[in-house]
Amino acid sequence: MQPSDSRKTPLTFDTIEPGSGLAAALAKSRADIIGEVSASNLKGRGGAGFPTGTKWNLAAAARVHGEAAKYVICNADEGEPGTFKDRVLLTAYADLVFEGMTIAARAIGATRGLLYLRGEYVYLRPHLEAVLDRRRKAGQLGADILGTPGFEFDIEIRMGAGAYVCGEETALIESLEGHRGEPRNRPPFPVNTGFMGQPTVVNNVETLASVTAIFAKGAAWFRGIGTEKSSGFKLFSVSGDCDAPGVYEFPLGITIAELLERVGGTGAKAVQVGGASGQAVPASQFGRRIAFEDLATGGSIIVFGPGRDMLHVAKNFMEFFVEESCGQCTPCRAGNAKLLEGIERLERGACSSAYLNELVRLCETMQVASKCGLGQSSPNAFLSIVTNFQDEILGRTPADR
Amino acid sequence: MSGEVKAGQDTSRAPSSQRIQQVAAPPDVLQMIGGQITVTIDGTDVKVPMGTTVLEAARQIGIRIPTLCHHPDLCVAGVCRICVVEVEGQRTLQAACAYPITGSLKVKTHTRKVRQARRHILDLLLSTHYGECYSCKRNNNCELQSLAKEYGVDFYRFGHVTESQYPKDESSYSVIRDMDKCILCRRCVRTCIDVQEVGTLEAVGRSNRTRISTFLDKPLAGVVCINCGQCINRCPTGALHANDTSDEVWRAIDDPTKHVVIQTAPSPRAGIGECFGCEPGTPLTFQLNTALRLCGFDKVFDTNFSADLTIIEEGTELLGRLYRALVKQEPAAFPQFTSCSPGWVKYLEHFYPEYIPNLSSAKSPQQMFGAVIKTYYAKTHNIDPKDIVTVALMPCSAKKFECNRPEMAGSGFKDVDYGLTTRELAQMIMEAGIHLPDMPKSGFDDPFGDRTGSGVIFGATGGVMEAALRTVLELVTGRKVEKLFEHANIVPVRGFDGVRYVELPITQVADEVPALIRHVIPTFEFLKGATLKLAVAHGTANAHKVLEDIKAGGKLSECHFIEFMACPGGCIGGGGQPIPTSPEIRAARARAIYAEDMESDVRKSHENPAVARLYSEFFTDGPCGHLAHELLHTHYTARGKHIG
Ligand SMILES: Cc1cc2nc3c(=O)[nH]c(=O)nc-3n(C[C@H](O)[C@H](O)[C@H](O)COP(=O)(O)O)c2cc1C
Ligand code: SF4
Ligand code: SF4
Ligand code: SF4
Ligand code: SF4
Ligand code: FES
Repeated sequence: MQPSDSRKTPLTFDTIEPGSGLAAALAKSRADIIGEVSASNLKGRGGAGFPTGTKWNLAAAARVHGEAAKYVICNADEGEPGTFKDRVLLTAYADLVFEGMTIAARAIGATRGLLYLRGEYVYLRPHLEAVLDRRRKAGQLGADILGTPGFEFDIEIRMGAGAYVCGEETALIESLEGHRGEPRNRPPFPVNTGFMGQPTVVNNVETLASVTAIFAKGAAWFRGIGTEKSSGFKLFSVSGDCDAPGVYEFPLGITIAELLERVGGTGAKAVQVGGASGQAVPASQFGRRIAFEDLATGGSIIVFGPGRDMLHVAKNFMEFFVEESCGQCTPCRAGNAKLLEGIERLERGACSSAYLNELVRLCETMQVASKCGLGQSSPNAFLSIVTNFQDEILGRTPADR
Repeated sequence: MSGEVKAGQDTSRAPSSQRIQQVAAPPDVLQMIGGQITVTIDGTDVKVPMGTTVLEAARQIGIRIPTLCHHPDLCVAGVCRICVVEVEGQRTLQAACAYPITGSLKVKTHTRKVRQARRHILDLLLSTHYGECYSCKRNNNCELQSLAKEYGVDFYRFGHVTESQYPKDESSYSVIRDMDKCILCRRCVRTCIDVQEVGTLEAVGRSNRTRISTFLDKPLAGVVCINCGQCINRCPTGALHANDTSDEVWRAIDDPTKHVVIQTAPSPRAGIGECFGCEPGTPLTFQLNTALRLCGFDKVFDTNFSADLTIIEEGTELLGRLYRALVKQEPAAFPQFTSCSPGWVKYLEHFYPEYIPNLSSAKSPQQMFGAVIKTYYAKTHNIDPKDIVTVALMPCSAKKFECNRPEMAGSGFKDVDYGLTTRELAQMIMEAGIHLPDMPKSGFDDPFGDRTGSGVIFGATGGVMEAALRTVLELVTGRKVEKLFEHANIVPVRGFDGVRYVELPITQVADEVPALIRHVIPTFEFLKGATLKLAVAHGTANAHKVLEDIKAGGKLSECHFIEFMACPGGCIGGGGQPIPTSPEIRAARARAIYAEDMESDVRKSHENPAVARLYSEFFTDGPCGHLAHELLHTHYTARGKHIG
């Protein structure tokens, strides 16, 4: 099966002519390129939702240290459980992704680009290399790109090795530098001190493809889609208990109820928005919007039907984090294991409410004291399930297992 | 001096494999604010240079923020998270040790959130910490233990392991690893890779399976480790400690048939007071003599004596090499490298075995002393060497490995039977019920009671070089060193810069070579007008730099003589010294050592009457002569990087 077959709605990206975005961008000054991105109100599609224009502005202003250059990195690690939309983009719209990188390079003054590709996507590499080759031959990469004097940029593909944490941008950079994939302290941020200590922009695959779309069709067009604070359309990787799992495009601001309608998931008990590090939204809150101002997500939507055991769901997520924590900092390294242990106690009906409360407080500590986004968000699933499904998870006996 | 996290240091790097990287703040921003930023911590304003961490700023105004993974000698890690504080406007707490100040901030260091987080972090660390304080080497000197007290831990909120999870690694003569007590602060990892550039230890595994390990999980004795013990000195807990042989020493003392002698090196004497609550840099040399006799040692000798002997042997060797190379045009390896730091020697054997010919063949003072005791002393005192037990008080964990080298038994008996660290001897003294600082003073025993200041300064980086120069310059030029350097203090080779390079022109030479070394070098004439080129390096990361420069044919390849010390600061910062260590503590110990040198009546090795007597009575064919080679010199082993 072609992964692109997972597309369940027409994508706006189908309407973008490769090359048109880059040409439009190169007609502008570097400051105007960043201005256009800022005007579009595009926010990062990788999960954190940082305004892309602001990120580029910081990197453009940052000084290169010594005799080196700035970098643009495309984060194609797509490791969040339940996410597979970047794979679709890399398969069917790679030109738009590379074009977005090229526009970013122009904007910040980078000469080298790196695409950090999820280890499991190695089969995409020949295809991506072929696209890069074609773009080089077409003068869209290399020296004096599309006749722009002095604009030199090329892209290299590097493989990840399957660690979820390497999707975190600073761990990704450590990994690219050949070290153990562990997040760095922030600040300083990659826009100042990134790959090889140089100013670096790290953007998600979809963010970069969206940039290309914005230049092809204009910031105003993009801003016209979505909500006031969450402009544009977004891809969603929908999985779980629904009739038609797959990749969908919706404008940001869609409610969960509307989304369930479209994917054949009405009647769900809960929806996990944002993957393992997101939260389990109970049916009572299905009116909430998927947008940066309400439920932010990198695009992972997992539907839980009425028959799902939410304690089991929580256990599954915690097992994931106990596997994937990099082990560097105390709250995450030891905290996730304690939460998992707590779930096992709940399964046995052997978790006192006092201890459960202590674990909830531990979740708070992990959220504020962990070094990176992984440990800061790993308690979310536990917390949301403990809070929203208390009746279901409390008072079990060993026989309920 | 390498020291506190410098303003402008890159605080972003992950803990492993990182190097200290300087990241300059944009100069225009710096200028705008005059390089200074005012931050408010717990309501108090403090002005600090841009890039200062919140931790440093807080310390400046006396606000204590707890730390575990932070260490003044090491780059920032930001992994334990015990130092978290609230920074106004930030959603999450921030690690004070890793948060560089680049704009004005409002910080609170003990809000409810902060206190809760710190308690949780401690509880999490304790939940996986297996070990009991009363049976731990670091009892009362453990950062985890004192934080548990400070934060009022009175139960194990998240449980506590009740069984050992890791086997103890006791394979090494020098360092024992007890990973049950490890809190994964990675200070050892950063020490080994950044300070020493050896890279023995590394974090392996992820999540709660993370542990500190060696190459392929092999025992420490089976991997490349130079035994320097710098990791021990920076470990906050009892997870790393030296291989303690004090029980064996007690047993020897208790055995009436054994004649137990101890030599004490200068660095432990400048440091041991710290184990008894004294300020760093409190010398207790003569109080220690009394305490050791009370403990039951039969004789107490001063390693300074054999340090002087080392200078004569090593200096003669250097002059001999110069004569062979310059006059006889015979091959001789230059620069000559010092060989008294066993950590450095093993570093060279592993990483640069091709430079073994450059190492002085002279044994270290510890080993020379052992050899002299089991031969000359045994003979003159009519004691069967098999009944003599030689103990060495050393600042060093590598000395334990050194005394067990099979080649260190030229007399047929082990030169030195036991090497004790400063910490271990302090423990023995406590066990004997002695409060060291209260002891009356007493001198060293004869026949090695004569000592010089040159032997004392061996303890600090640059000291061996200075001692060698005092002798070599005086012999070669025929002029008093005091005429060349005020008070014979050869200041250019002192200090704490990682690598120091010095040139000394020789404008005049003595007419006659002293009889003692005339068999090696008949004339000094060829040295007239020459310039002696010298260098000093401490910490093997700096040794690495020097060797790479030599390899590349750089300036240091033209040196005649280079002093290397494995440990930062030299022996005063040795892996057997009291814990904690910091640049300030090492500087204080060094001051004690230079003060002891200034107070010495005789300050040059060749003027030590006991050494002269030894050559006239025992090593009658002189320095580097036949017997000296048998007893006072050694050879080395090319080990390479892949062993075990
Ligand atoms: C544990 C963890 C995993 C992450 N994984 C990914 C990922 O697979 N892909 C991605 O684009 N961003 C991932 N991120 C977010 C990145 O750190 C970063 O914010 C993002 O790549 C920035 O791009 P954007 O601004 O275009 O979204 C992850 C973050 C964390 C904390
Ligand atoms: S929060 Fe977890 S993944 Fe992130 S640095 Fe800490 S241990 Fe590693
Ligand atoms: S390492 Fe510290 S806390 Fe642990 S047993 Fe030893 S003294 Fe106690
Ligand atoms: S003793 Fe020295 S070389 Fe060995 S592990 Fe410790 S720091 Fe590294
Ligand atoms: S062995 Fe010591 S220094 Fe190394 S990580 Fe463990 S506690 Fe820290
Ligand atoms: S001391 Fe700051 S994180 Fe460990």
